[in-house]
Amino acid sequence: MIDFSRNHFELFGLPRGFQIDAGALEDAYRDVQRAVHPDRFAGATDAQKRLALQASARANEAYRTLRDPVARAEYLLSLHGVDAAAETDTRLSVAFLTRQLERREAAEEASRAHDVRALSALVDEVRSEANEAGADVARRLDAAPRDAQATVREWRFLVKLADDLDALCNAEADSWGGS
Amino acid sequence: MGRFVTLFQISEPGAAPLPHAKRRAVGIDLGTTNSLVATVRNGVAAVLPDEEGRPLVPSVVRYREHAVAVGYEALAYAAQDPHNTIASVKRLMGRGLADLGDDRRHAYRFIDGRGIVRIATRAGAKTPVEIAAEILRVLRTRAETSLGGPLDGAVVTVPAYFDDAQRQATKDAAMLAGVPVLRMLNEPTAAAIAYGLDNAVEGTYAVFDLGGGTFDISILRLSSGVFEVLATNGDSALGGDDFDHRIFCWALEASGLAPLSPADARRLMAKAREAKEMLTHHDAAPIVATLADDARLELTLDAQTFTNITQTLVAKTLAPVKRALRDAKLAPADIKGVVLVGGATRMPQIRRAVAGFFGQPPLTNLDPDEVVAIGAAIQANKLVGNRESDDWLLLDVIPLSLGIETMGGLVEKIVPRNSTIPVVRAQEFTTFKDGQTAMALHVLQGEREKVADCRSLARFELRGIPPMTAGAARIRVSFDVDADGLLSVSAREQTTGVEASVAVKPSYGLTDAEIAQMLQDSFAHAADDANARALAEARVDAERLVAATQGALASDGALLDAGEREAIDFALRDVAACLADGDRNALAAAVGVLDAATGRFAAKRMDRSVARALTGRRIDAIE
Repeated sequence: MIDFSRNHFELFGLPRGFQIDAGALEDAYRDVQRAVHPDRFAGATDAQKRLALQASARANEAYRTLRDPVARAEYLLSLHGVDAAAETDTRLSVAFLTRQLERREAAEEASRAHDVRALSALVDEVRSEANEAGADVARRLDAAPRDAQATVREWRFLVKLADDLDALCNAEADSWGGS
Repeated sequence: MGRFVTLFQISEPGAAPLPHAKRRAVGIDLGTTNSLVATVRNGVAAVLPDEEGRPLVPSVVRYREHAVAVGYEALAYAAQDPHNTIASVKRLMGRGLADLGDDRRHAYRFIDGRGIVRIATRAGAKTPVEIAAEILRVLRTRAETSLGGPLDGAVVTVPAYFDDAQRQATKDAAMLAGVPVLRMLNEPTAAAIAYGLDNAVEGTYAVFDLGGGTFDISILRLSSGVFEVLATNGDSALGGDDFDHRIFCWALEASGLAPLSPADARRLMAKAREAKEMLTHHDAAPIVATLADDARLELTLDAQTFTNITQTLVAKTLAPVKRALRDAKLAPADIKGVVLVGGATRMPQIRRAVAGFFGQPPLTNLDPDEVVAIGAAIQANKLVGNRESDDWLLLDVIPLSLGIETMGGLVEKIVPRNSTIPVVRAQEFTTFKDGQTAMALHVLQGEREKVADCRSLARFELRGIPPMTAGAARIRVSFDVDADGLLSVSAREQTTGVEASVAVKPSYGLTDAEIAQMLQDSFAHAADDANARALAEARVDAERLVAATQGALASDGALLDAGEREAIDFALRDVAACLADGDRNALAAAVGVLDAATGRFAAKRMDRSVARALTGRRIDAIE
């Protein structure tokens, strides 16, 4: 099998770090898939077919993780032994959570009032705050991973919130724009 | 006669592999309205016609007293014998009675079995799997006659938006029909292969596939030989049939006729379809029919009215298009070209809607009826190893999220929609009562949050969890989706390492036992010799394994140490001896030994090919 003890960066032959060359990642992913994809082993032995399936799924997982900045940051933390997703670690501050809860309520209200403009303004606001958190993580993660942990969690939270509000906004726009 | 008499030439292990003969590979498009089989000959992919030169097989099956008719012969009796003549069976694949909705309008006598739907015919209750298998059997026979022998492999297409139960049902039907399935391929992706390779295109394309009963939209990026599906969406119960039905309803209303008998309804549906087809090139179409009680129906449907009465159907195609673009994070202007697939895309109102939405006329230079089968044939030819030099790669996705039921009737998503396959994803769950030793797991597919709004795929029961306090057990549930887009789920308790037993009850599928029974029955009816057939299949498999192993030894034998090499050579000789003897059980055992002996070799080869792939790139990058 492609060696499971290797991390995602090693699998693709890329330097480990938050800053990543997106083009090089994509090229490496395709090269690995060209070598291991089950379509290449349709006539092979059963042992090889099983391996191809595992290796190809592994490459997909690694690519998915490294391509997405938030997932990449969490993965890097996990390589440092910090589980960013675990509930037992540093919790989000009450002030932060309260603010996001208020935003969610405001979004639901705007949705009830069919106020697409207010909704999309809210999406933009959360999105830009998420981007700031991302920039902060980018500055700190490679140098001091443990210090970046709290920010990574906030970042994940904000990106999720922005996506949820975006979906709400789209549903609203669709129900009005649909003929 | 002589069908199972095959001469096997087994070369000495270690000698050069056989100069392999061209293998018989086909692509099969099992359509709602029509089905096709295609192959690649002399580098050109083409649909295989019947003796009369007709490329399509109408997807209609008629159960007669002691025989089954398929295709045009069955179609001719659709109105006369509506209960025993099944059309559009694809709409019933992997479905329960409650799922059918509009599809219950058919004249069939449905029987609600456990989950899966059955239709009462004069030949007994038939599942959609068995009915579809009749169509696939005809296609297989056509291909075998045309190619001069049993098939080595087939790629069977399914709508991209088919859920797991629908895919599994299709694969079961192929198995029942004796079709050796190499891969299940999404229809729009197949079309993209045919179109992309033919036109050597690069960039982001949309494939808009409106068939007889299903609608798919796929967004693909084509770049240096890689076909990467970015997002797919659709409606697995929307197609040309629905446009026919609108015309049918309009005709009933306009003529003021009372509800029709099943035979008359079939007759009028056929007229509605003719009118729809005529309106592709004309401004108006007559609908003239004489019904059973001599009532006469004479109407004219003009193009404008047709457009008006089908407006909502056309709009229903655009909603999934928007969702697919959103998932791919693209705007209509980012799409370089839109490929139209499926006979229903001939309708002018569809072409106008697509052109309007994307701001460009759609690409229509390939036959929308044939392009899916052609693409499937090209992939089958590659998978079977006929064109190794053709270095393109396909990366497809699952269309709908997969998840598990959690507290409060909610669905926890484990594999999100549009994940590239194959994919393996696991999640941990825990017990919620002290001393809980069993856990019920409910696997679902769909985008909604509530269990009731998603499709139930299977129910599991995990038993033998050691008693612990609530929340202490760690149940790891793993979702594996293979390259066919088919899901398997496993679960085990982590903290104790105790393997718990898992019982699977597919909600809408057939169990392995049922499939085995159907296979048995079909052999009995066909007066076929099940054992001879099973031996022939085992021989083909064994021969394939031997050829693959010899090829691997020839290219990478150096990776093995002497002991490993000896074990493989020994196993190869054993398989060769069993092939000569013709004892199926001994052959199966020998193949098992060879498979085990090549395990480490396979791992080493794969490691090496990954290393080579990456090294090649890095050298390129330096230059």
